Amino acid sequence: MNADFTSEELAFQQEVREFLATEFPADLKDKVDNNIRLTKDDMVRWQKILFAKGWAAPSWPEEYGGTGWTHTQRHIFATEMGLYGAPEPIPFGMKMVAPVIMAYGSEEQKQRFLPDILASNVWWCQGYSEPNAGSDLASLKTSAVRDGDHYVVNGSKTWNTLGQYADWIFCLVRTDNTAKKQEGISFLLIDMKTPGITVKPIVLLDGFPEVNEVFFDDVRVPAENLIGEENKGWTYAKVLLTHERTNIAGVPRSKRRLDALKRLAEETEDGFGKTMADNPSIQQRIAEMEIELQALEYSELRSLAALSVGKAPGPESSILKIVGTELAQAMDEMFLELSGYSSLPFVPEQFEAEFEGERLGPGSTNAAALTYFNNRKLSIFGGSNEIQRNIICKAVLGL
Amino acid sequence: MDFSYTEVQQMLQDQVQKFVHKSYDFDSRNSIVASEKGFSAEHWQLFAELGWLAVPFTEEDGGLGGSAVDLMVIMEEFGKANLVEPYLATAVLSGCLVAQLAEGETKEALLGGIIGGESQFACAYAEPGSRFNLASVTSSATTSGDQVTINGNKTAVENAPNADKLVVIARESGDRFASSGISAFLVDAGTEGISMRSYATVDGKRAAEVSFNNVVVPVNARLGAAGEALPALRVAVDRATLAVSAEAVGALEALLQKTVEYSKTRKQFGTPIGSFQALQHRMADMFVQCQMARSIVIMAAMSLDSADSAQQKTRAVSAAKSRVGKAIKLVGQEAIQIHGGIGMTEELDVGHLFKRVTALDLLFGDEEFHLQRFASL
Ligand SMILES: Cc1cc2nc3c(=O)[nH]c(=O)nc-3n(C[C@H](O)[C@H](O)[C@H](O)COP(=O)(O)OP(=O)(O)OC[C@H]3O[C@@H](n4cnc5c(N)ncnc54)[C@H](O)[C@@H]3O)c2cc1C
Repeated sequence: MNADFTSEELAFQQEVREFLATEFPADLKDKVDNNIRLTKDDMVRWQKILFAKGWAAPSWPEEYGGTGWTHTQRHIFATEMGLYGAPEPIPFGMKMVAPVIMAYGSEEQKQRFLPDILASNVWWCQGYSEPNAGSDLASLKTSAVRDGDHYVVNGSKTWNTLGQYADWIFCLVRTDNTAKKQEGISFLLIDMKTPGITVKPIVLLDGFPEVNEVFFDDVRVPAENLIGEENKGWTYAKVLLTHERTNIAGVPRSKRRLDALKRLAEETEDGFGKTMADNPSIQQRIAEMEIELQALEYSELRSLAALSVGKAPGPESSILKIVGTELAQAMDEMFLELSGYSSLPFVPEQFEAEFEGERLGPGSTNAAALTYFNNRKLSIFGGSNEIQRNIICKAVLGL
Repeated sequence: MDFSYTEVQQMLQDQVQKFVHKSYDFDSRNSIVASEKGFSAEHWQLFAELGWLAVPFTEEDGGLGGSAVDLMVIMEEFGKANLVEPYLATAVLSGCLVAQLAEGETKEALLGGIIGGESQFACAYAEPGSRFNLASVTSSATTSGDQVTINGNKTAVENAPNADKLVVIARESGDRFASSGISAFLVDAGTEGISMRSYATVDGKRAAEVSFNNVVVPVNARLGAAGEALPALRVAVDRATLAVSAEAVGALEALLQKTVEYSKTRKQFGTPIGSFQALQHRMADMFVQCQMARSIVIMAAMSLDSADSAQQKTRAVSAAKSRVGKAIKLVGQEAIQIHGGIGMTEELDVGHLFKRVTALDLLFGDEEFHLQRFASL
């Protein structure tokens, strides 16, 4: 048993580090370091840099423009990106819809959609959840009725992350009302510019409209946009959901944030002439998080090792989701606590690039409450942590 | 032993509940939060008429008696409604300082202004590096002849943008952490040399970073004796701490009640989510936390009203604040979690209550601070 990288892997790690140091744009690095929100253009610009390097899609097979990396190389790449603060590409195109198109799409669909996803020419969003179909996704009601060579779509999707930027949406729609609920669902790609689509932003607790409700009113979608067979969408989506759940542990990001936490503790006066880093209770709680992070990292490495010998991602992804998100939330709590009164102002606009007023200092502490609020989402989406526990009960414990 | 409310307390509770029912639903609150001042002057007048602004003060001072239990009753109801009017800043924190330190006609006029609803106050005490230590004061006050010059920066001063008068804590002598040498000054908010960076807080109130740049006031602006304001500040902040703990109890209760309600109506997998035992136990835990929080706040309020020593009272307040802080995290986070996505939005009152309790956890010292203060006393 060993967890060492080979010399090739170490060389690769070095290559990634050098690439990030030279190619991740300084203005974006500055924004990331100062909690300024990246704009759509920022994200696309960075993704195009990755694309130019040939590193846009580490998880794709080489034939579609993927890197052909091993699981370990992919792990190294994601780790270095996270440690450096370089954002992962927006997952909806690259990690969510593309694998489904590759597995179940027609040759024509592959040629039509994949190159633009790879090159970040088209922004995708995920249209699964509905107001009344959240955890129980299979109960979704948005309907698609065949009419000649079109589907006519009616209903509404909700919680579409960054749907306001999207060119296309991939949807689960109901094509058969009579079958068992999982068996009447189809997978449909819809151009957001199609007449009859309205996007209504939903403002979250941090003041940013991160998600949207998308309404479909007699939206005519060419039947050629159906993926695979009608009424098989649920099976396809389940494959996608496993992809969504890998890499959800967020180890690199949490490592980076743990360092930031330690720095913040050192910089924060305790009001009695010392700093919060001198406080034994704070030290102990930070140590606990660090240990949890190590256990999480090794859990991830173990599941990586299993993947490398060809095993499919199994219920261990539920462990990674639960622990990864709950650890991230514990860190949010600690940031908030250390920030004290600096976290009280609610000035979300100061985290936008175009903000021109005087920013309330000192930097990250002002964002602490907003991040704490926003990251409550981590245990809700991507299969809530209750649903993950249900999966462990059923799939592992046989309960 | 008697845990029942007096007639006055019962009446206060009924009054606030009626007011909230009639005039303070979620939409009305939202429009108040979005308004220029961020509070309703009309409501404030009503508070004065109903005598609510007199609750924190003794009869001698023209108040309703000033019992901590009364204050607890009213704050709890405010907490349920997620009220944004600056009751705490004006009537509790500043009011309690003025009541202790001011004298004679000045006192009468100032308290009269608060109780009558005519004046808005803010207490500028915390500083960027002071965290929760009230004795850590770097803002300076230098006397020369019959004038005092104040310099320094104050942080998160609640209600400062709307205040007519500021109670400013500044140091006249001693090093940064010395208990003596700290004075309180009454300063008109419009005085030259005061600048404010105003903002809304995460829980929908108004506050400001306030800086004092050679602000000159007459010596009689000093409240109480020179250099001896700290004990009064401690008492006032303890009382305000009790008040926000009680407010949190109300807000947590509202979070619990709304979550339970929601779990009965929200259906997934063909059944109300409240029927899942995984969630039932969590709501039972929320209930337990709410009850523990309520109990400890009652304990602390009774202590403040008793003949306990100053140290016992402070210890009781810290016990309450730290225990409530623990409840805040659990109940607040579970309320959002059990609501799912809808709990994450500005569209539902639950998210706003969550933000309120998060801010209350911080105010006047968080769970950790009060735990350590409790242990040290
Ligand atoms: C910020 C954010 C971004 C999102 N982005 C997207 C997106 O881009 N595209 C998209 O399609 N969706 C997205 N979602 C939706 C997300 O997947 C859903 O919120 C999630 O599936 C939960 O559904 P719900 O919100 O309807 O909660 P509900 O399903 O109503 O759940 C409410 C509570 O009940 C619990 N619960 C439900 N069933 C059970 C059970 N059987 N046992 C125990 N507990 C249970 C849940 O865990 C939760 O605590 C996003 C959500 C958020 C908050």
